Amino acid sequence: MYSKKVIEHFTKPHNQGTIKSPDGVGIVGNPVCGDLMKIYIKIKKEKKNEIIKDIKFETLGCASAIATSSMITDLAKGKTVGEALKITRNDVAEALEGLPPIKMHCSNLAADGLHEAIKDYQKRIRN
Amino acid sequence: MHRIYLDNAATTPVDKKVFEEMKPYFSDNFGNASSIHNFGRNASEAVEKARKQVADFFGADSGEIIFTSGATESNNLAIKGIVKAHYKKEKAKPHIITTAFEHHCVLNAVKNLEKENLIEATYIKPERDGVINILDIKKAIRPNTILVSVMYVNNEIGTVQPIKGISQMLKKYNSNIIFHTDATQAVNYFDCNVKKLGVDLMSMSAHKIYGPKGVGALYVKKGLNIAKIQDGGEQERGLRAGTLNVPGIVGLGVAMAGIRNYESGIRKIKSLRDYLIKRVLREIPNSKLNGSKIKRSPNNVNFSFPGVEGESLIMMLDADGISASTGSACSSGTLEPSHVLLSIGSKPEEAHSSLRITLGKYTTKKEIDYTIGVLKESINKLRKISGNVLSDYYKLK
Repeated sequence: MYSKKVIEHFTKPHNQGTIKSPDGVGIVGNPVCGDLMKIYIKIKKEKKNEIIKDIKFETLGCASAIATSSMITDLAKGKTVGEALKITRNDVAEALEGLPPIKMHCSNLAADGLHEAIKDYQKRIRN
Repeated sequence: MHRIYLDNAATTPVDKKVFEEMKPYFSDNFGNASSIHNFGRNASEAVEKARKQVADFFGADSGEIIFTSGATESNNLAIKGIVKAHYKKEKAKPHIITTAFEHHCVLNAVKNLEKENLIEATYIKPERDGVINILDIKKAIRPNTILVSVMYVNNEIGTVQPIKGISQMLKKYNSNIIFHTDATQAVNYFDCNVKKLGVDLMSMSAHKIYGPKGVGALYVKKGLNIAKIQDGGEQERGLRAGTLNVPGIVGLGVAMAGIRNYESGIRKIKSLRDYLIKRVLREIPNSKLNGSKIKRSPNNVNFSFPGVEGESLIMMLDADGISASTGSACSSGTLEPSHVLLSIGSKPEEAHSSLRITLGKYTTKKEIDYTIGVLKESINKLRKISGNVLSDYYKLK
Protein backbone atom coordinates (compact mmCIF):
# COMPACT_ATOMS: atom_id res chain seq x y z
CA MET A 1 0.00 0.00 0.00
CA TYR A 2 2.95 2.36 0.62
CA SER A 3 5.55 3.29 -2.01
CA LYS A 4 9.18 2.23 -1.59
CA LYS A 5 10.09 5.86 -0.97
CA VAL A 6 7.61 6.12 1.92
CA ILE A 7 8.98 2.97 3.52
CA GLU A 8 12.53 4.27 3.06
CA HIS A 9 11.78 7.56 4.82
CA PHE A 10 9.70 5.84 7.48
CA THR A 11 12.36 3.30 8.44
CA LYS A 12 15.28 5.75 8.16
CA PRO A 13 13.87 9.24 8.62
CA HIS A 14 16.11 12.21 7.80
CA ASN A 15 16.62 15.17 10.12
CA GLN A 16 14.74 13.66 13.01
CA GLY A 17 15.14 15.39 16.37
CA THR A 18 15.08 18.89 17.81
CA ILE A 19 16.94 22.20 17.37
CA LYS A 20 18.07 23.78 20.63
CA SER A 21 17.27 27.44 20.07
CA PRO A 22 15.16 27.40 16.93
CA ASP A 23 14.14 30.52 15.03
CA GLY A 24 10.71 29.09 14.32
CA VAL A 25 8.54 26.20 15.45
CA GLY A 26 5.29 24.81 13.99
CA ILE A 27 2.99 22.23 15.55
CA VAL A 28 0.22 20.76 13.41
CA GLY A 29 -2.26 17.88 13.58
CA ASN A 30 -4.29 16.64 16.51
CA PRO A 31 -4.47 13.57 18.74
CA VAL A 32 -7.97 12.61 17.54
CA CYS A 33 -6.68 12.08 14.01
CA GLY A 34 -3.65 10.34 15.46
CA ASP A 35 -1.02 12.45 13.72
CA LEU A 36 0.98 15.22 15.42
CA MET A 37 3.98 16.94 13.93
CA LYS A 38 6.46 19.53 15.18
CA ILE A 39 8.87 21.26 12.80
CA TYR A 40 11.88 23.26 14.02
CA ILE A 41 13.78 25.66 11.74
CA LYS A 42 17.01 27.61 12.00
CA ILE A 43 17.36 30.57 9.63
CA LYS A 44 20.54 32.15 8.35
CA LYS A 45 20.59 35.48 6.54
CA GLU A 46 22.79 35.57 3.45
CA LYS A 47 22.77 38.97 1.75
CA LYS A 48 19.08 39.72 1.35
CA ASN A 49 18.01 36.07 1.56
CA GLU A 50 16.74 34.19 4.56
CA ILE A 51 17.91 30.60 4.14
CA ILE A 52 16.62 27.55 6.02
CA LYS A 53 19.96 26.44 7.37
CA ASP A 54 18.70 23.63 9.52
CA ILE A 55 15.38 21.87 9.95
CA LYS A 56 14.32 19.06 12.28
CA PHE A 57 11.11 17.27 13.15
CA GLU A 58 9.34 15.26 15.85
CA THR A 59 6.31 13.28 14.72
CA LEU A 60 3.80 11.04 16.40
CA GLY A 61 1.89 9.30 13.66
CA CYS A 62 1.56 6.62 11.07
CA ALA A 63 4.21 5.67 8.53
CA SER A 64 3.09 8.30 6.03
CA ALA A 65 3.10 11.03 8.69
CA ILE A 66 6.70 10.16 9.57
CA ALA A 67 7.72 9.83 5.90
CA THR A 68 6.20 13.20 4.93
CA SER A 69 7.98 14.84 7.88
CA SER A 70 11.27 13.40 6.77
CA MET A 71 10.63 14.42 3.15
CA ILE A 72 9.70 18.01 3.98
CA THR A 73 13.00 18.50 5.77
CA ASP A 74 14.85 17.32 2.64
CA LEU A 75 12.76 19.58 0.42
CA ALA A 76 13.10 22.68 2.60
CA LYS A 77 16.73 22.49 3.70
CA GLY A 78 18.86 25.15 1.97
CA LYS A 79 15.82 26.86 0.44
CA THR A 80 14.93 30.51 1.02
CA VAL A 81 11.91 31.21 3.19
CA GLY A 82 10.05 32.40 0.11
CA GLU A 83 10.78 29.18 -1.77
CA ALA A 84 9.87 27.05 1.24
CA LEU A 85 6.48 28.73 1.56
CA LYS A 86 5.70 27.57 -1.97
CA ILE A 87 6.18 23.86 -1.12
CA THR A 88 2.75 22.24 -1.11
CA ARG A 89 1.26 19.05 0.29
CA ASN A 90 1.18 17.72 -3.25
CA ASP A 91 4.91 18.38 -3.73
CA VAL A 92 5.59 16.26 -0.64
CA ALA A 93 3.31 13.45 -1.80
CA GLU A 94 4.88 13.49 -5.27
CA ALA A 95 8.41 13.42 -3.90
CA LEU A 96 7.38 10.30 -1.96
CA GLU A 97 6.09 8.66 -5.16
CA GLY A 98 2.52 9.02 -3.98
CA LEU A 99 0.56 8.36 -0.78
CA PRO A 100 -2.44 6.06 -0.31
CA PRO A 101 -5.60 8.14 -1.04
CA ILE A 102 -6.87 7.74 2.53
CA LYS A 103 -3.63 9.28 3.86
CA MET A 104 -3.59 12.31 1.56
CA HIS A 105 -5.57 14.47 3.94
CA CYS A 106 -4.88 13.40 7.51
CA SER A 107 -1.26 12.33 7.45
CA ASN A 108 0.06 14.72 4.83
CA LEU A 109 0.63 17.56 7.27
CA ALA A 110 4.31 18.26 6.78
CA ALA A 111 3.92 21.22 4.40
CA ASP A 112 1.51 22.82 6.88
CA GLY A 113 4.02 22.22 9.67
CA LEU A 114 6.79 23.90 7.69
CA HIS A 115 4.59 26.89 6.86
CA GLU A 116 3.60 27.23 10.53
CA ALA A 117 7.27 27.21 11.55
CA ILE A 118 8.04 29.93 9.00
CA LYS A 119 5.08 32.03 10.19
CA ASP A 120 6.36 31.63 13.74
CA TYR A 121 9.80 32.82 12.61
CA GLN A 122 8.32 35.83 10.81
CA LYS A 123 6.25 36.72 13.88
CA ARG A 124 9.35 36.54 16.08
CA ILE A 125 11.44 38.88 13.89
CA ARG A 126 8.60 41.38 13.64
CA ASN A 127 8.36 41.63 17.44
CA MET B 1 12.75 -14.81 7.09
CA HIS B 2 10.78 -16.86 9.59
CA ARG B 3 7.40 -15.13 9.79
CA ILE B 4 5.68 -15.02 13.14
CA TYR B 5 1.90 -14.89 12.97
CA LEU B 6 0.31 -13.15 15.95
CA ASP B 7 -2.98 -12.06 14.43
CA ASN B 8 -5.13 -15.12 15.12
CA ALA B 9 -8.17 -13.01 15.96
CA ALA B 10 -8.13 -11.74 12.37
CA THR B 11 -7.96 -15.22 10.93
CA THR B 12 -6.30 -18.59 11.51
CA PRO B 13 -4.56 -20.98 9.12
CA VAL B 14 -6.68 -23.90 7.94
CA ASP B 15 -5.64 -26.96 9.95
CA LYS B 16 -4.05 -29.55 7.64
CA LYS B 17 -6.51 -32.22 8.82
CA VAL B 18 -9.42 -29.90 8.04
CA PHE B 19 -8.04 -29.22 4.59
CA GLU B 20 -7.62 -32.95 3.87
CA GLU B 21 -11.27 -33.61 4.69
CA MET B 22 -12.41 -30.72 2.51
CA LYS B 23 -10.43 -31.75 -0.58
CA PRO B 24 -12.78 -34.42 -2.03
CA TYR B 25 -15.66 -31.93 -2.09
CA PHE B 26 -14.18 -29.66 -4.75
CA SER B 27 -13.69 -31.82 -7.85
CA ASP B 28 -14.84 -35.35 -7.01
CA ASN B 29 -17.90 -34.99 -4.78
CA PHE B 30 -18.81 -31.66 -6.27
CA GLY B 31 -22.58 -32.08 -6.27
CA ASN B 32 -25.12 -29.44 -5.32
CA ALA B 33 -26.47 -30.47 -1.94
CA SER B 34 -30.00 -29.67 -3.13
CA SER B 35 -29.89 -32.07 -6.11
CA ILE B 36 -31.79 -35.34 -5.89
CA HIS B 37 -29.28 -37.50 -7.79
CA ASN B 38 -26.28 -39.37 -6.43
CA PHE B 39 -23.89 -36.41 -6.60
CA GLY B 40 -26.37 -34.26 -4.73
CA ARG B 41 -26.99 -36.92 -2.11
CA ASN B 42 -23.25 -37.31 -1.45
CA ALA B 43 -22.93 -33.58 -0.93
CA SER B 44 -25.99 -33.38 1.24
CA GLU B 45 -24.79 -36.26 3.42
CA ALA B 46 -21.51 -34.41 4.00
CA VAL B 47 -23.42 -31.24 4.87
CA GLU B 48 -25.66 -33.07 7.33
CA LYS B 49 -22.64 -34.68 8.97
CA ALA B 50 -21.10 -31.24 9.45
CA ARG B 51 -24.42 -29.90 10.74
CA LYS B 52 -24.41 -32.61 13.37
CA GLN B 53 -20.81 -31.77 14.33
CA VAL B 54 -21.71 -28.11 14.80
CA ALA B 55 -24.94 -28.94 16.62
CA ASP B 56 -23.13 -31.32 18.98
CA PHE B 57 -20.58 -28.65 19.80
CA PHE B 58 -23.34 -26.15 20.60
CA GLY B 59 -25.44 -28.72 22.48
CA ALA B 60 -28.20 -28.08 19.95
CA ASP B 61 -30.24 -30.09 17.45
CA SER B 62 -29.13 -30.30 13.82
CA GLY B 63 -32.34 -28.53 12.82
CA GLU B 64 -31.22 -25.48 14.76
CA ILE B 65 -28.05 -24.85 12.73
CA ILE B 66 -28.13 -22.57 9.67
CA PHE B 67 -25.03 -22.42 7.50
CA THR B 68 -24.03 -18.98 6.25
CA SER B 69 -21.04 -17.30 4.61
CA GLY B 70 -19.55 -16.31 7.96
CA ALA B 71 -20.16 -14.35 11.14
CA THR B 72 -21.03 -11.11 9.34
CA GLU B 73 -23.89 -12.80 7.53
CA SER B 74 -24.95 -14.72 10.64
CA ASN B 75 -25.13 -11.50 12.64
CA ASN B 76 -27.03 -9.68 9.90
CA LEU B 77 -29.49 -12.56 9.57
CA ALA B 78 -30.01 -12.74 13.33
CA ILE B 79 -30.68 -9.04 13.83
CA LYS B 80 -32.50 -8.12 10.64
CA GLY B 81 -34.36 -11.44 10.55
CA ILE B 82 -35.80 -10.81 14.01
CA VAL B 83 -36.89 -7.28 13.09
CA LYS B 84 -38.45 -8.47 9.84
CA ALA B 85 -40.35 -11.23 11.62
CA HIS B 86 -41.58 -8.69 14.18
CA TYR B 87 -43.12 -6.49 11.47
CA LYS B 88 -44.93 -9.46 9.94
CA LYS B 89 -47.03 -9.60 13.10
CA GLU B 90 -46.97 -6.10 14.55
CA LYS B 91 -46.83 -2.45 13.57
CA ALA B 92 -45.25 -0.89 16.68
CA LYS B 93 -41.59 0.06 16.42
CA PRO B 94 -39.42 -2.39 18.38
CA HIS B 95 -36.39 -1.64 20.56
CA ILE B 96 -33.02 -3.37 20.39
CA ILE B 97 -30.26 -3.31 23.01
CA THR B 98 -26.68 -3.95 21.98
CA THR B 99 -23.27 -2.74 23.14
CA ALA B 100 -21.08 0.14 22.01
CA PHE B 101 -18.15 -2.16 21.32
CA GLU B 102 -19.67 -4.86 19.13
CA HIS B 103 -17.97 -5.84 15.90
CA HIS B 104 -19.07 -3.51 13.10
CA CYS B 105 -21.26 -6.16 11.51
CA VAL B 106 -23.55 -6.06 14.56
CA LEU B 107 -23.10 -2.38 15.33
CA ASN B 108 -23.74 -1.19 11.78
CA ALA B 109 -26.67 -3.57 11.29
CA VAL B 110 -28.35 -2.03 14.34
CA LYS B 111 -27.36 1.53 13.42
CA ASN B 112 -28.72 1.15 9.91
CA LEU B 113 -32.04 -0.28 11.12
CA GLU B 114 -32.21 2.73 13.43
CA LYS B 115 -31.45 5.12 10.57
CA GLU B 116 -34.14 3.49 8.46
CA ASN B 117 -36.51 4.26 11.29
CA LEU B 118 -37.35 0.59 11.79
CA ILE B 119 -36.13 0.31 15.37
CA GLU B 120 -35.17 2.21 18.50
CA ALA B 121 -31.72 1.25 19.77
CA THR B 122 -29.64 1.49 22.95
CA TYR B 123 -25.87 0.99 22.88
CA ILE B 124 -24.59 -0.09 26.28
CA LYS B 125 -21.09 1.06 27.17
CA PRO B 126 -18.82 -1.46 28.86
CA GLU B 127 -17.14 -0.71 32.17
CA ARG B 128 -13.54 0.51 32.03
CA ASP B 129 -12.34 -3.09 32.23
CA GLY B 130 -14.14 -3.90 28.98
CA VAL B 131 -16.93 -5.92 30.55
CA ILE B 132 -20.65 -5.15 30.23
CA ASN B 133 -22.55 -4.61 33.48
CA ILE B 134 -25.73 -6.73 33.48
CA LEU B 135 -27.55 -4.02 35.42
CA ASP B 136 -26.94 -1.54 32.61
CA ILE B 137 -28.76 -3.85 30.22
CA LYS B 138 -31.58 -4.38 32.70
CA LYS B 139 -32.03 -0.63 33.07
CA ALA B 140 -32.17 -0.16 29.29
CA ILE B 141 -35.08 -2.58 28.79
CA ARG B 142 -38.27 -0.94 27.51
CA PRO B 143 -41.75 -2.39 27.04
CA ASN B 144 -41.02 -2.72 23.30
CA THR B 145 -37.58 -4.34 23.64
CA ILE B 146 -37.53 -7.44 21.42
CA LEU B 147 -33.83 -8.25 21.10
CA VAL B 148 -30.62 -8.02 23.11
CA SER B 149 -27.35 -8.67 21.26
CA VAL B 150 -24.10 -8.90 23.23
CA MET B 151 -20.87 -10.38 21.93
CA TYR B 152 -19.36 -13.29 23.89
CA VAL B 153 -15.71 -12.19 23.57
CA ASN B 154 -14.68 -8.78 22.29
CA ASN B 155 -12.58 -9.09 19.14
CA GLU B 156 -10.16 -6.28 19.95
CA ILE B 157 -9.52 -6.45 23.69
CA GLY B 158 -10.58 -10.07 24.25
CA THR B 159 -12.79 -9.35 27.25
CA VAL B 160 -15.40 -11.98 28.11
CA GLN B 161 -19.00 -10.88 28.58
CA PRO B 162 -21.38 -12.36 31.14
CA ILE B 163 -23.60 -14.10 28.59
CA LYS B 164 -25.09 -16.56 31.06
CA GLY B 165 -25.81 -13.79 33.57
CA ILE B 166 -27.52 -11.67 30.94
CA SER B 167 -29.72 -14.54 29.77
CA GLN B 168 -30.73 -15.35 33.36
CA MET B 169 -31.62 -11.72 33.99
CA LEU B 170 -33.63 -11.54 30.76
CA LYS B 171 -35.58 -14.70 31.56
CA LYS B 172 -36.54 -13.34 34.95
CA TYR B 173 -37.38 -9.92 33.64
CA ASN B 174 -39.18 -10.63 30.38
CA SER B 175 -38.76 -14.04 28.82
CA ASN B 176 -40.11 -12.79 25.48
CA ILE B 177 -36.96 -10.82 24.80
CA ILE B 178 -34.75 -12.65 22.31
CA PHE B 179 -31.07 -12.96 23.18
CA HIS B 180 -28.37 -13.12 20.52
CA THR B 181 -24.63 -13.47 20.99
CA ASP B 182 -21.84 -13.14 18.48
CA ALA B 183 -19.55 -15.95 19.63
CA THR B 184 -17.02 -15.59 16.82
CA GLN B 185 -14.02 -15.04 19.11
CA ALA B 186 -15.28 -17.39 21.83
CA VAL B 187 -15.70 -20.74 20.08
CA ASN B 188 -12.05 -21.74 20.41
CA TYR B 189 -11.79 -21.12 24.13
CA PHE B 190 -15.14 -20.95 25.91
CA ASP B 191 -18.14 -23.12 26.62
CA CYS B 192 -20.56 -22.54 23.75
CA ASN B 193 -23.35 -24.81 24.92
CA VAL B 194 -26.45 -22.84 23.98
CA LYS B 195 -28.58 -24.35 26.73
CA LYS B 196 -26.07 -23.52 29.44
CA LEU B 197 -25.63 -20.03 28.02
CA GLY B 198 -29.37 -19.55 27.56
CA VAL B 199 -29.12 -17.87 24.16
CA ASP B 200 -31.70 -17.93 21.36
CA LEU B 201 -29.31 -17.04 18.56
CA MET B 202 -25.55 -17.51 18.29
CA SER B 203 -23.18 -16.59 15.46
CA MET B 204 -19.80 -18.01 14.57
CA SER B 205 -17.28 -18.17 11.74
CA ALA B 206 -15.09 -21.07 10.57
CA HIS B 207 -11.93 -19.17 9.75
CA LYS B 208 -11.34 -18.15 13.37
CA ILE B 209 -11.15 -21.80 14.44
CA TYR B 210 -8.65 -23.21 11.92
CA GLY B 211 -11.36 -23.73 9.33
CA PRO B 212 -11.81 -22.12 5.90
CA LYS B 213 -12.92 -18.57 5.12
CA GLY B 214 -16.35 -17.85 3.66
CA VAL B 215 -18.39 -20.13 5.88
CA GLY B 216 -20.05 -19.82 9.27
CA ALA B 217 -23.14 -20.76 11.17
CA LEU B 218 -26.04 -19.30 13.05
CA TYR B 219 -27.73 -21.22 15.83
CA VAL B 220 -31.46 -20.51 15.76
CA LYS B 221 -33.42 -21.91 18.68
CA LYS B 222 -36.30 -24.16 17.67
CA GLY B 223 -39.57 -22.27 17.29
CA LEU B 224 -37.96 -18.81 17.22
CA ASN B 225 -39.82 -16.32 15.08
CA ILE B 226 -37.22 -15.21 12.54
CA ALA B 227 -37.58 -14.26 8.86
CA LYS B 228 -35.19 -14.68 5.94
CA ILE B 229 -33.43 -11.55 4.69
CA GLN B 230 -32.23 -12.91 1.35
CA ASP B 231 -34.51 -14.19 -1.42
CA GLY B 232 -33.87 -17.27 -3.52
CA GLY B 233 -34.21 -21.00 -2.98
CA GLU B 234 -35.48 -22.83 0.06
CA GLN B 235 -32.09 -23.89 1.42
CA GLU B 236 -31.50 -23.96 5.18
CA ARG B 237 -35.17 -24.26 6.12
CA GLY B 238 -35.97 -21.31 3.88
CA LEU B 239 -33.85 -19.02 6.09
CA ARG B 240 -30.77 -18.72 3.94
CA ALA B 241 -31.14 -18.91 0.17
CA GLY B 242 -28.13 -19.87 -1.92
CA THR B 243 -26.25 -23.00 -2.96
CA LEU B 244 -24.49 -24.49 0.01
CA ASN B 245 -20.71 -24.12 0.23
CA VAL B 246 -20.17 -27.85 0.63
CA PRO B 247 -16.36 -28.01 1.05
CA GLY B 248 -16.48 -25.03 3.38
CA ILE B 249 -19.24 -26.55 5.47
CA VAL B 250 -17.33 -29.85 5.67
CA GLY B 251 -14.30 -27.87 6.86
CA LEU B 252 -16.35 -26.03 9.45
CA GLY B 253 -17.66 -29.30 10.87
CA VAL B 254 -14.22 -30.88 11.10
CA ALA B 255 -12.71 -27.73 12.62
CA MET B 256 -15.41 -27.65 15.29
CA ALA B 257 -15.10 -31.32 16.11
CA GLY B 258 -11.37 -30.68 16.57
CA ILE B 259 -11.85 -28.10 19.33
CA ARG B 260 -13.24 -30.45 21.94
CA ASN B 261 -10.02 -32.02 23.18
CA TYR B 262 -8.39 -28.69 23.51
CA GLU B 263 -8.04 -28.19 27.29
CA SER B 264 -4.25 -28.55 27.39
CA GLY B 265 -3.90 -26.27 24.37
CA ILE B 266 -5.87 -23.55 26.13
CA ARG B 267 -3.66 -23.82 29.20
CA LYS B 268 -0.56 -23.45 27.04
CA ILE B 269 -1.87 -20.36 25.23
CA LYS B 270 -2.99 -18.79 28.47
CA SER B 271 0.40 -19.19 30.09
CA LEU B 272 2.11 -17.73 27.00
CA ARG B 273 -0.32 -14.81 27.11
CA ASP B 274 0.37 -14.13 30.77
CA TYR B 275 4.12 -14.38 30.17
CA LEU B 276 3.84 -11.83 27.35
CA ILE B 277 1.72 -9.43 29.42
CA LYS B 278 4.01 -9.68 32.42
CA ARG B 279 7.20 -9.06 30.49
CA VAL B 280 5.85 -6.19 28.38
CA LEU B 281 4.36 -4.33 31.35
CA ARG B 282 7.60 -4.80 33.28
CA GLU B 283 10.11 -4.11 30.52
CA ILE B 284 8.45 -1.44 28.38
CA PRO B 285 7.98 1.80 30.31
CA ASN B 286 4.58 3.46 30.15
CA SER B 287 2.81 0.45 28.66
CA LYS B 288 -0.76 -0.34 29.51
CA LEU B 289 -2.93 -3.43 29.09
CA ASN B 290 -6.37 -2.63 27.66
CA GLY B 291 -9.25 -4.61 29.11
CA SER B 292 -9.56 -6.87 32.13
CA LYS B 293 -6.59 -9.09 32.89
CA ILE B 294 -8.80 -11.83 34.29
CA LYS B 295 -12.03 -11.79 32.27
CA ARG B 296 -10.05 -12.20 29.09
CA SER B 297 -9.72 -14.62 26.20
CA PRO B 298 -6.66 -16.90 26.60
CA ASN B 299 -5.28 -15.76 23.24
CA ASN B 300 -5.73 -11.97 23.40
CA VAL B 301 -3.37 -9.22 24.44
CA ASN B 302 -4.05 -5.54 23.73
CA PHE B 303 -1.62 -2.84 24.82
CA SER B 304 -1.38 0.91 24.50
CA PHE B 305 2.04 2.50 24.20
CA PRO B 306 1.70 6.29 24.50
CA GLY B 307 4.03 8.17 22.18
CA VAL B 308 3.72 5.48 19.53
CA GLU B 309 1.18 5.32 16.73
CA GLY B 310 -0.22 1.83 16.17
CA GLU B 311 0.13 1.57 12.42
CA SER B 312 3.77 2.62 12.55
CA LEU B 313 4.41 -0.03 15.16
CA ILE B 314 2.69 -2.71 13.04
CA MET B 315 4.85 -1.77 10.07
CA MET B 316 8.05 -1.93 12.11
CA LEU B 317 7.10 -5.32 13.54
CA ASP B 318 6.22 -6.52 10.05
CA ALA B 319 9.62 -5.45 8.74
CA ASP B 320 11.10 -7.83 11.34
CA GLY B 321 8.79 -10.68 10.37
CA ILE B 322 6.08 -10.25 13.00
CA SER B 323 2.42 -9.98 12.00
CA ALA B 324 0.20 -8.27 14.58
CA SER B 325 -2.51 -5.63 14.33
CA THR B 326 -3.77 -2.43 15.92
CA GLY B 327 -7.27 -3.78 16.38
CA SER B 328 -9.85 -5.28 14.12
CA ALA B 329 -8.63 -6.07 10.60
CA CYS B 330 -12.05 -4.94 9.39
CA SER B 331 -11.40 -1.38 10.62
CA SER B 332 -7.90 -0.94 9.25
CA GLY B 333 -9.35 0.83 6.20
CA THR B 334 -10.45 3.73 8.38
CA LEU B 335 -8.42 6.32 10.23
CA GLU B 336 -10.83 6.52 13.15
CA PRO B 337 -9.48 5.54 16.54
CA SER B 338 -10.83 2.18 17.71
CA HIS B 339 -14.47 2.42 18.84
CA VAL B 340 -13.74 -0.39 21.28
CA LEU B 341 -10.97 1.48 23.08
CA LEU B 342 -12.97 4.73 23.09
CA SER B 343 -15.91 2.83 24.61
CA ILE B 344 -13.79 1.78 27.61
CA GLY B 345 -12.73 5.38 28.17
CA SER B 346 -9.36 5.50 26.38
CA LYS B 347 -8.25 8.91 25.15
CA PRO B 348 -7.96 9.17 21.34
CA GLU B 349 -4.16 9.18 21.54
CA GLU B 350 -4.25 6.03 23.68
CA ALA B 351 -6.61 4.40 21.20
CA HIS B 352 -4.28 5.31 18.33
CA SER B 353 -1.35 3.75 20.17
CA SER B 354 -2.83 0.28 20.49
CA LEU B 355 -1.32 -3.06 19.56
CA ARG B 356 -3.33 -6.28 19.45
CA ILE B 357 -1.41 -9.53 19.67
CA THR B 358 -3.54 -12.66 19.34
CA LEU B 359 -1.91 -16.03 19.88
CA GLY B 360 -2.87 -19.31 18.28
CA LYS B 361 -2.32 -22.99 18.74
CA TYR B 362 0.93 -22.86 16.79
CA THR B 363 2.47 -19.96 18.75
CA THR B 364 5.70 -20.84 20.61
CA LYS B 365 7.54 -19.29 23.55
CA LYS B 366 10.53 -18.68 21.29
CA GLU B 367 8.33 -16.57 19.01
CA ILE B 368 7.03 -14.59 21.96
CA ASP B 369 10.56 -13.94 23.25
CA TYR B 370 11.68 -12.73 19.83
CA THR B 371 8.56 -10.53 19.56
CA ILE B 372 9.20 -8.87 22.92
CA GLY B 373 12.74 -8.01 21.82
CA VAL B 374 11.60 -6.46 18.54
CA LEU B 375 8.75 -4.69 20.30
CA LYS B 376 11.13 -3.01 22.73
CA GLU B 377 13.40 -1.81 19.93
CA SER B 378 10.55 -0.57 17.74
CA ILE B 379 8.88 1.32 20.57
CA ASN B 380 12.16 2.95 21.54
CA LYS B 381 12.72 4.05 17.98
CA LEU B 382 9.19 5.41 17.48
CA ARG B 383 9.22 7.21 20.82
CA LYS B 384 12.48 8.86 19.81
CA ILE B 385 10.85 10.02 16.57
CA SER B 386 7.80 11.42 18.38
CA GLY B 387 9.89 13.10 21.09
CA ASN B 388 7.82 15.51 23.15
CA VAL B 389 5.36 16.44 20.42
CA LEU B 390 2.30 15.25 22.36
CA SER B 391 3.07 17.18 25.55
CA ASP B 392 4.15 20.21 23.48
CA TYR B 393 0.81 20.08 21.70
CA TYR B 394 -1.11 20.10 24.99
CA LYS B 395 1.04 22.96 26.36
CA LEU B 396 0.08 24.97 23.30
CA LYS B 397 -3.67 24.32 23.57
